Amino acid sequence: MARDPQGALIALNRFGFGARGGASGDLMNAASDPRGFVKAELARPNGALLELPGLQATPVLAEAVFAYQDEVKRAREAAAKSDASPEQPGQTRNPPATGADLPMASPSPAAPQAASLSPQAGEAAPAMQAVQAKPQPQQPPNVVQKTFRAEALARLQRAVLADCGVTERLVAFWSNHFCISAGKGELARMWAGAFEREAIRPHVLGRFADMLKAVEQHPAMLFFLDNQESLGPESRAGQNRKRGLNENLAREIMELHTLGVGGGYTQEDVTSLARIITGWSFAGRNSRNAAPGSFVFNANAHQPGPQTLLGKVYPDDGLAQGEAALADIARHPSTAKFIATKLARHFVADDPPPALVARLEAVFKTHDGDLRAVTSALIDADEAWSAPLTKIRSPYEFLIAGGRLLSRVPEDPGFYLNALNTLGQPLWAPAGPNGFADTNAMWAAPEGMKLRLDLSAQLASRLGNNLDPRDMLELVAGDAASADTRRTIERAEQRQQALALLLMSPEFQRR
Amino acid sequence: MEQIRTTLLTSRRHVLLAGASFAAWAYLPKFARAADQRDPRLIVVILRGALDGLATVAPIGDPDYAGLHGAIALTADGPHPALPLDAFFALHPSMPEFARMYRDQQAAVIHAVATPYRERSHFDGQDVLESGFAGPGRVQSGWLNRALEALPRGVRVSSALAVGPTAPLVLRGAAPTVGWAPVTLPQADDDTAMRLVELYTHRDPALAAALSQGLKLEKVAFGDDMKPKPGGNQIAAMRQVARGAAKLMAADDGPRIAALAFDGWDTHANEGGAVGRLAQLLSGLDGALAEFESGLGARWRDTVVVVATEFGRTAKINGTQGTDHGTGTIALLAGGAVKGGRVIADWPTLKTASLYQGRDLAPTTDLRAVFKGMLADHLGLGERALGESVFPDSAAVKPIKGLVA
Repeated sequence: MARDPQGALIALNRFGFGARGGASGDLMNAASDPRGFVKAELARPNGALLELPGLQATPVLAEAVFAYQDEVKRAREAAAKSDASPEQPGQTRNPPATGADLPMASPSPAAPQAASLSPQAGEAAPAMQAVQAKPQPQQPPNVVQKTFRAEALARLQRAVLADCGVTERLVAFWSNHFCISAGKGELARMWAGAFEREAIRPHVLGRFADMLKAVEQHPAMLFFLDNQESLGPESRAGQNRKRGLNENLAREIMELHTLGVGGGYTQEDVTSLARIITGWSFAGRNSRNAAPGSFVFNANAHQPGPQTLLGKVYPDDGLAQGEAALADIARHPSTAKFIATKLARHFVADDPPPALVARLEAVFKTHDGDLRAVTSALIDADEAWSAPLTKIRSPYEFLIAGGRLLSRVPEDPGFYLNALNTLGQPLWAPAGPNGFADTNAMWAAPEGMKLRLDLSAQLASRLGNNLDPRDMLELVAGDAASADTRRTIERAEQRQQALALLLMSPEFQRR
Repeated sequence: MEQIRTTLLTSRRHVLLAGASFAAWAYLPKFARAADQRDPRLIVVILRGALDGLATVAPIGDPDYAGLHGAIALTADGPHPALPLDAFFALHPSMPEFARMYRDQQAAVIHAVATPYRERSHFDGQDVLESGFAGPGRVQSGWLNRALEALPRGVRVSSALAVGPTAPLVLRGAAPTVGWAPVTLPQADDDTAMRLVELYTHRDPALAAALSQGLKLEKVAFGDDMKPKPGGNQIAAMRQVARGAAKLMAADDGPRIAALAFDGWDTHANEGGAVGRLAQLLSGLDGALAEFESGLGARWRDTVVVVATEFGRTAKINGTQGTDHGTGTIALLAGGAVKGGRVIADWPTLKTASLYQGRDLAPTTDLRAVFKGMLADHLGLGERALGESVFPDSAAVKPIKGLVA
């Protein structure tokens, strides 16, 4: 097949996480058959799943958090009792990290290509970890921090090692669409990675309705949007405890997860859905009926009676009432439009071609929300290959692309997590349930670009000494590199500067 | 959604970037040089997440208030009594600094206000609040930015400003702005930056513009007290951002007009009353106002700080000791230029029949009338510009006169 260098950039950058360095041959392979290069990765069975030794299920993680919290409490009480010396009451906040530890083997990449991409021996090897390393007050990380870092590391390694990266790009897209925030509290921080592994990954190429159900029944989402606290006002628990509804999850399901603002629902519908999903909760630390931290339907908290939602009456059959409502919302025409628009905006352009959105919307409807069919339609669409590369990589995409090009499989997530914080996209911790914005206005802002440059210069100063920037440019863009970029890199005063400029070049920043 | 900060956050920077942001206009308005020696400063503070106005400035004289706000209602007595503002309204006890300013006639409250937005989505609500348009979906520019475009542009501020990743919508737009946030990343050298600008100029004009602007903010000269320190929490971060902003704005050549956003006001569950979660946040806000006052020094006399939020919360608490998304709420004014010591309200009462859709404090004042009155009196903007370009299609919304002394 003829070589198509521009198509290779689209395949690798628009749909993937960028070309890998070393002898990957990514750019050549993508240039010979751009669409096939993207689709080959999607064809792998269960390619989106992330199962590694050391990554635990949500209930196991819950038990560890509860044990840790108990330990903190005991330590605090012990300190209060032994009072005597009134100094430093704060010192007991973090107990010895031993007791509540999980067996948290840091997951190591098992993929066969790991060998060829692992860090070269030499002085520069630890640089991706070492940037910005700061002396921190020395305290052993607790089980929540350890878990978060292990989950982050597994995700980062998978993205850096992936062939094209389209699967991980889909995971990141859906994870942001159905985001929770690790900032909500210890449980959310503990569960952020598990939520993505359990509720998002199994469905990114499955049915939207299945992902929706998995997300809204996941303890992390129920906790993030308070549904475990929402009681039907006429339910037994509501009557006994004189408490009632919390609309938070119901509203965001319709506004952010499915129909979208203007998707045809009213305040009445929000309240109805809130009633319908009362009782959707997770087992607490003292539960005897279910494993703590697992989804439970608490009939005692469920608002009795039929409810009208979007003009349809749902009889009260307990858990099934909410599941039926979600199934209908998932195939609502507004949902098809909302999802089609967001997908096209993410992959193609801030203002995506209307014809493309319409086609994705139609496929969503005719295939009953089959996301494999929708994704394939996106990759098959001519618009996706003809639209210019106008979007800027998000900080996460930029950092992963850098790790791939420089062949640095992270062994510690610290560099990435710090850099994501600095660039305004802290991992699994957006400021609101709407996730991070997906536009150039968000990420190509003056301050953000300046910080990107500073970060690139830092990386290059540590890694650029042994690399030939002209070779790197061939890996990034090959024949599609502009004469201006080529000249800028060739004329750089030294290798580090050349690498910084390459990392900041339009060929590397745009997708 | 909730923004409970935990002790797990790895650094202060994380808190700052997630919890607060600051941006300022990049020029000194010409009127700063005018004959009357007035050199006004304006700070707009956006509280994202929807502030419970009834819990901040409580209508304790309204017979329905205590019942609706239930266990989290403020009271005139008890261990944490609310601070009386007049015979009817009382201020949350976490805001002693604002109460002092109010007594000194340098702070005012406008109650039962709302933007024209009547749905209950945070994001659309914030868009309306900050864009100044009557409906959502217009996110290219904010009303404060368009107000600046209507001002005669003076010399560029030369004050040292560092960088933060994003600007609040209210100040986004064609009028050039600068941002600031405490960031300690080492900087790329000038030569590399210039080469990149050159490359962008040829290949990618949009990135050239963005980076050039980012680089102009480069010469950083903030004091040690503005650098991130380990530990601390969101409350301290609010004070810290305000302190930094005030320091920049106090300089002779510093920015005159700025906007900040604080996150975390979405108190769906366990909102707390006189003490608790909202109390903590209000204490942070109160501290930020105090930092503005002390940091601006002699400039405080010419300053107006306006605090606003996208909408209010339900009058009746929900089933989880919190409040859901509502409508009417409060706006606060503070500063030496404010004609204070007043709660301005056309009180709708909290009777069931008076509540908006039977659940929310009914809005009786359009928030745009507050903004417009303040912009007219403080910055001298004409009613025509205010009604057309700054707040499009708002000619019917008359500015409230006399907010500024």
